[in-house]
Amino acid sequence: MVIFGVTGDLARKKLMPAVYDLANRGLLPPAFALVGFARRDWADQDFAQIVHDSVREHARTEFREDVWNELSKGIRFVMGDFSDNEAFDTLARTVEDLDRVRGTRGNHAFYLSIPPKFFGPVVEQLERSGLSASQNDAWRRVVIEKPFGHDLESARELNDTIGKVFSSGSVFRIDHYLGKETVQNLLALRFANTMFEPIWNANYVDHVQITMAEDIGIGGRAGYYDGIGAARDVIQNHLLQLLALAAMEEPLSFDARDVRIEKEKVLTAIKLPTDLAAHTSRGQYAAGWQGGVQVDGYLQEDGISPTSQTETFAAIKLEIDTRRWAGVPFYLRTGKRLGRRVTELAVVFKRAPHLPFSETDTEELGQNAFVVRVQPDEGVTMRFGSKVPGTQMEVRDVNMDFAYGDSFTESSPEAYERLILDVLLGDPPLFPRHEEVELGWKVLDPILDFWAEQGQPDQYQSGTWGPQSAYDMIARDGRSWRRP
Amino acid sequence: MTVRLDGTTAAQVASAISEERFRQGSSAVGRVLTLVIIADEATQADAVHAAARAAREHPCRILTAIPRPGHGPAQLDAEITVGGSDGLGELAVLRLRGPLAHHVESVVLPLLVPDAPVVVWWPGTCPSTPAHDPVGALAQRRITDSAENSRPLHLLQALADGYVNGDTDLAWTRITPWRALLASALDEPYDQITSVVVHAPKTNPSAVLLVSWLEGCLKVPVTIKASKGPGITGVDIHTVRGDIIVSRPDGRIAAIARPGMPDREAALPRRSIESLIAEELRRLDPDDIYGEVLERFAAGASSAPKATEPALAKKATAKRSSAKPAAASTPTKK
Repeated sequence: MVIFGVTGDLARKKLMPAVYDLANRGLLPPAFALVGFARRDWADQDFAQIVHDSVREHARTEFREDVWNELSKGIRFVMGDFSDNEAFDTLARTVEDLDRVRGTRGNHAFYLSIPPKFFGPVVEQLERSGLSASQNDAWRRVVIEKPFGHDLESARELNDTIGKVFSSGSVFRIDHYLGKETVQNLLALRFANTMFEPIWNANYVDHVQITMAEDIGIGGRAGYYDGIGAARDVIQNHLLQLLALAAMEEPLSFDARDVRIEKEKVLTAIKLPTDLAAHTSRGQYAAGWQGGVQVDGYLQEDGISPTSQTETFAAIKLEIDTRRWAGVPFYLRTGKRLGRRVTELAVVFKRAPHLPFSETDTEELGQNAFVVRVQPDEGVTMRFGSKVPGTQMEVRDVNMDFAYGDSFTESSPEAYERLILDVLLGDPPLFPRHEEVELGWKVLDPILDFWAEQGQPDQYQSGTWGPQSAYDMIARDGRSWRRP
Repeated sequence: MTVRLDGTTAAQVASAISEERFRQGSSAVGRVLTLVIIADEATQADAVHAAARAAREHPCRILTAIPRPGHGPAQLDAEITVGGSDGLGELAVLRLRGPLAHHVESVVLPLLVPDAPVVVWWPGTCPSTPAHDPVGALAQRRITDSAENSRPLHLLQALADGYVNGDTDLAWTRITPWRALLASALDEPYDQITSVVVHAPKTNPSAVLLVSWLEGCLKVPVTIKASKGPGITGVDIHTVRGDIIVSRPDGRIAAIARPGMPDREAALPRRSIESLIAEELRRLDPDDIYGEVLERFAAGASSAPKATEPALAKKATAKRSSAKPAAASTPTKK
């Protein structure tokens, strides 16, 4: 596996520790080798030391010297620029050498942990140096990370660039927010049970809320984040994927193709509200206190222009034009510096059509809800009414919890481990293909265009649940956001 | 087991709570609400103790916030207890130092049980408009205790001015048994009432609320006659043919005397904080009667009370009647 941009945060904190964790759990083939490519002037040993340190610090499983020694024998480093022909020739020779020494059978994966603007040059270099060509039945795979473009047009360009060299089946698009474990949990919940499916439709469901909230700000990622914003960063890929998984029909099987077909169907059926001003909201975090810590506003962050119009909070209402979901709004929201870190999918049910109780008995009774907690504390919560103990008839909401952590002793593997493993095994079912990426942009582009004309996003105090406009937008429909 | 975290953040406290719960092998117990206690060091221990006992009836997460303003840097220190020996659910005692003392809500918000009601309780000093307090604004129910403040009647007046549905005061909860007893006393046939006298210390907030309630129900003059306590020591109901006298000089047993009937006794002990909190947590919808009573108190005895519900017994059974006997539901009036 060749990692481009190996000096980046992501490579050090996630990728390399995940490689080690896989090795430690005995899931990596013995022939596995890792090549780092970056501008730094490092020797193989220096790079091995960096990997060693990041593994020690960030690996999920315990550090074992034996495992590390074996793994480190296959670690190489190549210094160079993306425009440097010679460096790529060196890379090609290094990889060939590893094929011989480690016996990798000529199978190569390229992980592009680099900004999208470099995808083009790197892919061209891979072609020029012959790295992308394979002999016999050896495979070539390329891994890219979101954002997959910044609108429909750029997403198509990006896809064309990569498609010139790699076939669509060998391109793996990674949404590191959405671990495969979560996706599979959700599919199991929906399609392995009988008790949910009968009520999973517009007859019983009032609306659906999908939330991804972060308590952190943009941190040191000003260069990446400014100009991108919350909607492109999270809604386009992560939240729409969750929506698709929650709303799609049952696939024929869990084969890559069958799941994709159902997801594409439901993404195609998404309808935008006609009045975007009334049914969307965007915000920017302002200075305040978050979780007991005093924090700056977005416009005061290092590297952000004080007039930036990039949104750090986005909420939109969508509808799905299918028989199953007609008239059921899907509210999507995401933001930084919100109340707490949480990702959840909440299916909120209609009220009982008739309540044979007095009004005061059920004054505290809300709507039933089925909540899939994606993180933290992955699990499921069901909310329903129950009588308060005592002499009076008084019905109140209670929560029933299921936590994966309790039921399965082995902690859910980190998303990156699953991902690397799937890349090596060539098992892409849950990675979005470019068709899905383009469908996502088709949903989002009109909203982004509309927002671009609206000037400054609404300010919201750090540590709260977003701007007033977000509350107003859902209140217009007679509903309210959950406090997740 | 108690976990201490010094110089921490709300996110770390949240994960410490779920780790501790996980370590004990129990997934989330059905927590039905979050109880936030805002106290100082002097009042917090008793309040937490009372809340923890009340939590047996209402499984909840208890967050005790202790603001400690000072010149030092902002710092959050936390003590977390999950499933302690007394059957308590989850308890976090949060000390907010330096400038953080003025931003209690920033620590409380991330720790609220998701999508469950929030109750805030100020066992000691409280803001005069609880609904405008940043933490109070997060809550469905805001519990103050005017009796624990230096000028209780003054505070009641302010609470009345800023009243919002969901406010309640423990001075009002304390007289639930009194209201039940008086309602049942008037469940039997009685003659036309001319006036009522409540015996209590002059600044007892419960007494003035009882006066306001009686005025609203009976539409007769109700006055307070100073007594030494403890609490309300008696209520005299003057009727055209003799007096109904309820007296409770010792704070434990009430004696009821009425014309032509043998004297009777009923247990009417002063209530523990724990039972007050348990009662408050039983119903989380707005306490409409309290709102009316508070409004009438603030408007002063001179202005005309709202003529809505004439019968005392009916009042007492409407809504917050948890502590009242079922017998009070059939009012009879000559």
